[in-house]
Amino acid sequence: MAEIQIKNVAKKFGEYQALHDINLTISDREFMVLLGASGCGKTTLLRIICGLETATTGEVWIGGRRVDHLPPKDRGIAMVFQNYAVFPHLTVFENIGFGLRMQKLPNDEVTRRVERVAELMHIEMLLKRYSGELSGGQRQRVAVARALAMEPDVILMDEPLSNLDALLRMEMRAELKGVLAESNTTAVYVTHDQVEAMSMADRISVMHKGKIVQAASPIEVYRNPAAEFVAGFIGNPPMNFLPATATGNGQWRVAGQTFDGPDTEKTLKFAIRPEDMAPADTGLVAIAKVIEPLGAHLLVTCDVDGGMFRAVLDSDTTVKAGDRLTLAPQPDRVRWFDPETTLAVA
Amino acid sequence: MNARFLPYVLIAPVTFFLCVFFLYPFVLVANQAFTADGGYTMENFREVVSDWKFPISLQNTLLLAAAVVPVQLALALLMATMVNRMQKGRDLILYVWTIPLGISDLAAGIIWLAIFEQSGFLNSMLDAVGVIDKPANLLTYQNPWIVFLAIALAEIWRATAIMLVILVAGIGLIPKEYYEAAEVFGASKWKQFLRITLPLLRPSLQTALVLRVILAFEIFAVVAALGGTLFPVLMSETYAYQFDLLNSGAAAAMALIILGISIAATLVILRALRVPKGATI
Amino acid sequence: MTAVATPDARKAGRWLYVTSVVLLCAWVIVPLYFLLINTLSAPEDVQSYPKAFFPAFDMGSLSFFVTFNGMIDALLNSIMVAGLTMILSIAIGAPAGYALSRFDFRGKELFRLLILLTRAFPLPLLALPLAVMFIRTGLDDTIIGLALVHTTLAIPFAVLITFSLFSGIPMELEEAAWTLGCTRLTAFTKVVLPLILPGIAASAIFAFVISWNEVFAAAVLTIENRTLTAFLLVKLSEAPIHLKFAGGFILVLPALIFIFAVRKYLFAMWGIANR
Repeated sequence: MAEIQIKNVAKKFGEYQALHDINLTISDREFMVLLGASGCGKTTLLRIICGLETATTGEVWIGGRRVDHLPPKDRGIAMVFQNYAVFPHLTVFENIGFGLRMQKLPNDEVTRRVERVAELMHIEMLLKRYSGELSGGQRQRVAVARALAMEPDVILMDEPLSNLDALLRMEMRAELKGVLAESNTTAVYVTHDQVEAMSMADRISVMHKGKIVQAASPIEVYRNPAAEFVAGFIGNPPMNFLPATATGNGQWRVAGQTFDGPDTEKTLKFAIRPEDMAPADTGLVAIAKVIEPLGAHLLVTCDVDGGMFRAVLDSDTTVKAGDRLTLAPQPDRVRWFDPETTLAVA
Repeated sequence: MNARFLPYVLIAPVTFFLCVFFLYPFVLVANQAFTADGGYTMENFREVVSDWKFPISLQNTLLLAAAVVPVQLALALLMATMVNRMQKGRDLILYVWTIPLGISDLAAGIIWLAIFEQSGFLNSMLDAVGVIDKPANLLTYQNPWIVFLAIALAEIWRATAIMLVILVAGIGLIPKEYYEAAEVFGASKWKQFLRITLPLLRPSLQTALVLRVILAFEIFAVVAALGGTLFPVLMSETYAYQFDLLNSGAAAAMALIILGISIAATLVILRALRVPKGATI
Repeated sequence: MTAVATPDARKAGRWLYVTSVVLLCAWVIVPLYFLLINTLSAPEDVQSYPKAFFPAFDMGSLSFFVTFNGMIDALLNSIMVAGLTMILSIAIGAPAGYALSRFDFRGKELFRLLILLTRAFPLPLLALPLAVMFIRTGLDDTIIGLALVHTTLAIPFAVLITFSLFSGIPMELEEAAWTLGCTRLTAFTKVVLPLILPGIAASAIFAFVISWNEVFAAAVLTIENRTLTAFLLVKLSEAPIHLKFAGGFILVLPALIFIFAVRKYLFAMWGIANR
């Protein structure tokens, strides 16, 4: 049982406020991804959970035990580092067994556990090698195996796949997800790659400027972004925004068209994902500017009411630059945001 | 241990050590230099400066520095750029060129004594090619310029290596792409050296020059081995005040004068080679 | 250089380049070779004229050196002082180098300034007041007293060199060790130390050479227990010339070996310490 609770955690580096009052509960065996651009505070939060960084204020609880004043070794965690941190002076075997040796486990127990995780990570033939003789992908596997060998309650990962090439990254993504699901540990995973986040996470915490903007399942984050930042950050290409003016009774005018929306007096922004539109007889009037065939789809960058607007259309659509399109948004996929608070309005 | 106090615990031994063996004796020297007959006075300075040997030793020290340091700088730059484009035997050549780094000034003086003494190798060589008939005694007061040359050569021979090491390390930090870019824009090798190597090397040049100039003002053992009392310099005068004349006050004043010259030279070098903020590699 | 160099011009350039490298090597080696000839000549031959340009491999000068009154003691003193300096400067300097590479702390800049200041100061001059201080504390004319002064000379280098060495070990390795059950201390001994040991050895050797070569403070601070440099300096005016050459040779010998031992680190050490 290893639930992680982060209570009112804030971190200041000198004058710089890296984290503002973070509250987050990660349940037992959950795969939580901390997602955000560089400098958003995701790595700082992970390092605070790990104990490599001390929070300025707030508490960290792991498995019902307050740990924020304990050193990393007493927190029941293991960590996988971005640059793998495989010890260059030790063999792969001794690297994986390093933590077990520190616990003074008997030799045969160390050998048994090292061999088990080495097999799990498919590196049993590398056990006698040194880090300098390994490829990036192999080092990555050693780093994960070393963490798993500890049989920790919580495994923390700091952009573990970011130094691998695209193909290897995709392969490791699936493998890592499988291995972690089997190991029954709680996982906290930091990344800036939304595809990685979407594909691996049970839950994503989207972070921005030292705050968690939204913590929800991948599909929820995608479909119902809680704030403009999330809508613009998740999805490739991101959501489209258009200014909207209320005409009363929950009716809104957007680029000359009328839509149903929230019944409020404020000015709102209309938002729609590029793939949630199709050409139709009536809809938003768009002038196509750039056409990018992506194989499965057609990405059309166009001009709607003087602003940039993207649509992902069926690849059969015939359209060329300068064409006039009428795009009809799927009504149940339209979202509304308050420009003042930047939050979603139902 | 708390990470907030750990760094202070770690630097405490050095700090303590330097306070006892550097700052404290420094205060003592300063104090002694300004004290005579139990009161604060400039008497020590007046005494050493008005001594007839002071202008000569000051002139000798400055002349030596002015003759030696530029040659060393040019030589070190030449060697560093040569080594930089070397493909084969780089390690061996660098080892040979850095050998003098480990050789003391006293040993260097003795080595060059073997060359310049009366029955030394210079005379032997001149004899072999038939320039002279009998060995001349070169290191005498009749030949002040030969004494000067011998000392300067010994210094250049000995202490170019430290500059070389600093400059080679500095050149190693300059990314290759800059040269490739310059080449694409049509800059010749010489222009690349002037416009890329030299400006980007400024921090290393600073370090190398400061270190060398300060050491040049401290020149002592080379002079003792080659010139003896023929060629007084500031450090040998300091030594003489302390041991031959047993005048610690005057020796302390000399020490402060050397320090003053060193600081002035350091400031000039730092100012001349200052790197604009943000213009570092 | 507007046009591509002709093959002839390139050949000439190549020739000039190789010649200069050879000449510069000769410039370093030939004086050392002369010293070797003198050292390996019989005492009478050292003053003979004209000189032979090949060593006679006569051990007369060296055996005279060995039997010269006080010389062996001076040699032993030099080794002991340099050894002590080596141990002290690493033991005291390395923790500070570690602190500089791993922590941001208040006063860090001031501390670095203190270190740089010692490098920019004619340190041997401090031997004068230290002589007085040592007489008061009974450290005068002792191996330990001189080693302490030489340590002051060597410490700025020890701090800066170990600083750059530690900076070369990624922080992540240490952090990984912490998450795998190490304390700060065990992470250091199990991960950082094994990786840094060759570098530490190199900087220790550097400290040894600094002490081994130092003349001024050694001459000021010792009277009975002279080091080799101090002994030679004092005997310069009176000693027979072959003794000087043999002594110079003994001074140079360890330097040759030490520079060879640390050659890999010489450049890395200065690369970072510069900035």
